Parts: sequence; C-alpha cells; structure tokens
Amino acid sequence: MELLLVIARVLLSFTIGLGVVVLLVWGERKVVADMQSRLGPMRTGPYGILQTVADGLKLLFKEQVTPSRVERFVFELAPFLSAVPALLLVLVIPFARPLEVTIGGEARTLQFAALDLNIGLLFILAMSSIAVYAVVLAGWSSGSKYPLIGGVRGSAQAISYEAAMGLAMVAVVMWSTTLPAVSDLGALSLSEIVLRQQTSFFGGALSWIPAWNVVPQFPAFVIFMVAIFAETNRAPFDMVEAEQEIVAGFHTEYSGMRFAMFFLAEYMNMFTMSALAVSLFLGGWGGPFLDQVGGLTATLLSFVYLLIKVAAVLFLFVWVRASFPRFRYDQLMNLGWKRLIPTALVWLILSTIVVSYRQFGAPWS
Amino acid sequence: MSEAQQPQEDLFTIIGNLFRGMRVTWRQMFLPRVTTEYPKTMREKPQRFHGRHVLNRYPDGMEKCIGCQLCAGVCPAQCIYVRGKDNDPANPMSPGERYGYVYEINLLRCIFCGLCVEACPTEAITMTSLFEMSVTNREDAIYTKKELLVEPDGTPNHMFPDDELADLDELRAADGWMRATAPQGRAAFQGVPGWTPSAGVGLRPPEAGQGNTVAPDPEDEEGDE
Repeated sequence: MELLLVIARVLLSFTIGLGVVVLLVWGERKVVADMQSRLGPMRTGPYGILQTVADGLKLLFKEQVTPSRVERFVFELAPFLSAVPALLLVLVIPFARPLEVTIGGEARTLQFAALDLNIGLLFILAMSSIAVYAVVLAGWSSGSKYPLIGGVRGSAQAISYEAAMGLAMVAVVMWSTTLPAVSDLGALSLSEIVLRQQTSFFGGALSWIPAWNVVPQFPAFVIFMVAIFAETNRAPFDMVEAEQEIVAGFHTEYSGMRFAMFFLAEYMNMFTMSALAVSLFLGGWGGPFLDQVGGLTATLLSFVYLLIKVAAVLFLFVWVRASFPRFRYDQLMNLGWKRLIPTALVWLILSTIVVSYRQFGAPWS
Repeated sequence: MSEAQQPQEDLFTIIGNLFRGMRVTWRQMFLPRVTTEYPKTMREKPQRFHGRHVLNRYPDGMEKCIGCQLCAGVCPAQCIYVRGKDNDPANPMSPGERYGYVYEINLLRCIFCGLCVEACPTEAITMTSLFEMSVTNREDAIYTKKELLVEPDGTPNHMFPDDELADLDELRAADGWMRATAPQGRAAFQGVPGWTPSAGVGLRPPEAGQGNTVAPDPEDEEGDE
C-alpha cells in the first residue's frame, strides 16, 4: 500500500512535468511567433498542438551521430546527467493542496509532492548543480571547439548565478520561519513553505489577502527570477547555447535522442524553476475559495491555481526571450557578481535583522 | 569596451527601458499576422502576375496560335520551340492559314519576362497567375501543347491532373494579363467584351484607353497597391 502510493505520486509528478513540457515547447513557439507576427506551428493537430509530439517522434527515429573524436563514455553520459536531475527536481514540487482521505480505515493526509523532503530546497540546489556537470562534460567530451566554449561558459555562469539564487532562497526560508508552522517538516521543505503562505498577515476584513512571500521578500523575488533565467540557460542568458556565436553550444555534436534529452532537460528545468518560484514566492497552489469548498474539489482547484501561476511565470520566460537580446559575456558576469550577489547579501542581512526582531524582540529590551 | 565608456544611467531608467522593450513585444501579439498558410490559403496575386503560360482559344474554340514563331524569336532565354503547320481546310485548327503544330516551353529555362506575350500578334500566348510548377525530373518541366493549350471552356490544363496535390479549382480562378494588341482590343471595342481574357475564364472588358486613341499614362491611374 505504502509502495503503491509512492509509485502513484512519482508517476503523477512525472506526468504533470512531462505534460507541461510538451505544452510548453508548443506554447513557447506559439507565443514567440505571435510576438513576431508569425503563426507558429499550425499543421500538427489543431493549432499545431501536437508539434512537440511530432518532434519527439522524429528525434526518436533519427540517427545518433557520434563524431570520431569524442570521449565516448562521457559523451554518452552527459545527456543522462542533464535529464535525470531535471526529472528528479519535479519530485519535490507540491502540486496541490494536501487531501485528507481514509485509506483502509486509516485517516491520512495525501501530499501532492512525490517527495516531502524536509531538506527540499537543499535537494533542489544540489540537483540543479549536478545539471551543470552535464553542460560542462558534454562540452568537453565533444572534442570540438564550439561545445567546449559553451561548456566553459556554462560552468562560469552557473557559479555566478547559483550563489545569488541560493542567497535569495535563504532569505525566503528565514522569513518563512517567522510564519506559524503547519506541519513538522521544517522551513526548508517546499510543502511547508507553501502551507505557511496560506495564512494572512491581517485579520478581520483583510484576512483574504494571503501571506505570499513576494510582498515581504520582493527584492529576493526579483533576484531569484533573474537567477533562474540564468540557471535554466534561457535568453537573455543563453550564453551556453548562443546560436549566433557558437552554433548550438554544448550540444552542437549531439543528435537524435541524446539531443532530445538535453532539450527535455532544459524545458523541464524551466517548468521546475517556475514552479519553484511560484512555491517560494507566489503562494504555491494557494488561491481564493480553497477553504470554503474543501475536500477533493479544493485539491483540484488548487492544482488549477498552481498551473495558472506557473503558466504566468513561463509566459514571462517566453516574453523575455522574445524581447531582449543576449547579454555579452562580461555583462553577464558583471550583473552576476557585481549586482546580484551584493544585492542579495544586503537583502539577506536586512531580512535577518527583521526576522530576529520578530522572533526575539528588540535587542534593547 | 570598458565600463567607464558605457553611458551611465540610473537604475530606474534601466528598468524602465526593460519594460519599454517588453511593451513592444506585448503590443505585437495583437497585431495581424503576416503569414499565409500557403497551400490552404493563398495570397491574392497581383493583376499582372507573370505566371505560367497558356495558349488561348477564340470563343468558338479555335486555337489562337498561328505558328509564326515570333515568341520563339523574341525569347531571351530561348526556351520556346514552335513548329507551324498548314491548316487542313476541311478541319482548321485556327482561323488563319497555319497553326502551331508543335509548341513547347521549357519552364526551367523561362525567365517569365513576358516578351513572348508582347510579341504574339494574336494574343495566343498569355501568362496566368499559376505558379505551382514543381516537377520531379527535367523532362516534365517542358510544357507541351497538351498542357499549355486551354480547354474549350478556357480552363488551363494541369501538368499532373491525377496528382493529389493538384488543385484544379485554382486553375479555374487563374487569370493572367494580356496586352490589347489583338484586333479585337481596339478602342472601338471598349466596353464590349469581345475578346477572351488571358485564360478565357470570365469575360473581362478591355482596358480603358486601348488602341488608337492616345492612352493616358497607366502609372497615373493605378496608383500603388
């Protein structure tokens, strides 16, 4: 029973993740096309909605070219290093409101995240760091100049932006500790962070305003958003695969399913990072009327809320891609080291002061 | 470029510029699309589009071509081959003495300049708005009289009428342009649909100012599209 539940939860997470990715690839092409006065995919299915499926099938049947000068083992390992962490990341995202059910005469709370890790955020940071190895190793093992440049860029970029992203996360976690605890998972767990945002700062008539972290932690939110653009190698920070400069960057030499795995990982990361931003700052699955309806309806409704919020963040990803040119490499480094990290540090100190004041009272008292 | 050389702007200007850029793409989403979904919908071709040639007939079904070879002579790409033949008096193919017995255009060589149309004394050869002429081997690109000559009702023929991609409705709508050099095109015939238009589909009155009278400059009348 326990095992079945785990399998069901994992399958649910994967299904949601992959489903969103399929729609996201299509949606991105449609939105970018809209912004460029084009139509985008129109032929496969209504409004081309099956385009991703067609592309996937095509890549499945394509030859996997292996150039003669590659480091074969690492070359074949890199796509897996890219796709597996991307898939694992989805597991910690809480997709919907926990459901109180009775299974076999035993009352229990069903969580809609495949893993309720009490170190959820650490897990995310760890897994997204592993994904960087995929870029570096793919670039290095290809035995070709453009992938190598892309790989080196990838490593440098990851170092500069993961620090800022981590610092922004720390500020959120610290803020989260001041909110009333809901379960015993601790403030690093993503489910717990989402649950704590469902309360309100205000009482009485204003109690419908939820305590979403985006309000008290707005600078952290901005830093986090910029950092996840760089973390997922999306425009305007797609130095790793800058087509106009270095062909396709680290995956130049990859074809067929190996390329498809990189592609899947990139879009999967986009989805997880958006879901992460929503969970950390925008109240996760939270929304109006959840407490009033209750039960299974509330769970489904909360899932819809999450999808709407994630879609909004993903739209921002695509919108930014359609709007801004790519950063030059030194500008990228400048922004990371000279702007984001100092800002994140200052903000961390400020929120430390506020948090300790809220927890321990004024130091002079 | 060192950082000192870059224009120093304050943070709010920079952020404001970001949003200005995003507003441009946002507005663009609601503007009309420029793409046409080509095989499903086709853009309207210009009136004087230089498309595939057709050999026309008179309204009574006679061929207009008299086999004079002027088109072949004027063709700068030398892609037209014509061989005339005397008409059988009992069963004439064209109103005159001779008719085009062999008429071939190599459309791989053709540059679609329209000089053959201008040279033709009887308006036998005109251009249509048809443009789908892809073939899978070079021999197929040589259009013979079988494909070039219109049907008695004025419909052009398709090179591969059995092909599933052949859009026969498109042929019916095809209409080219013609200069009114034929005798029927004279000013006296203005407003009288006495001559078949290029492909013979849908009778069209002659253009104003044709013939012997002084023609006004067409550039002044038409204006840009």
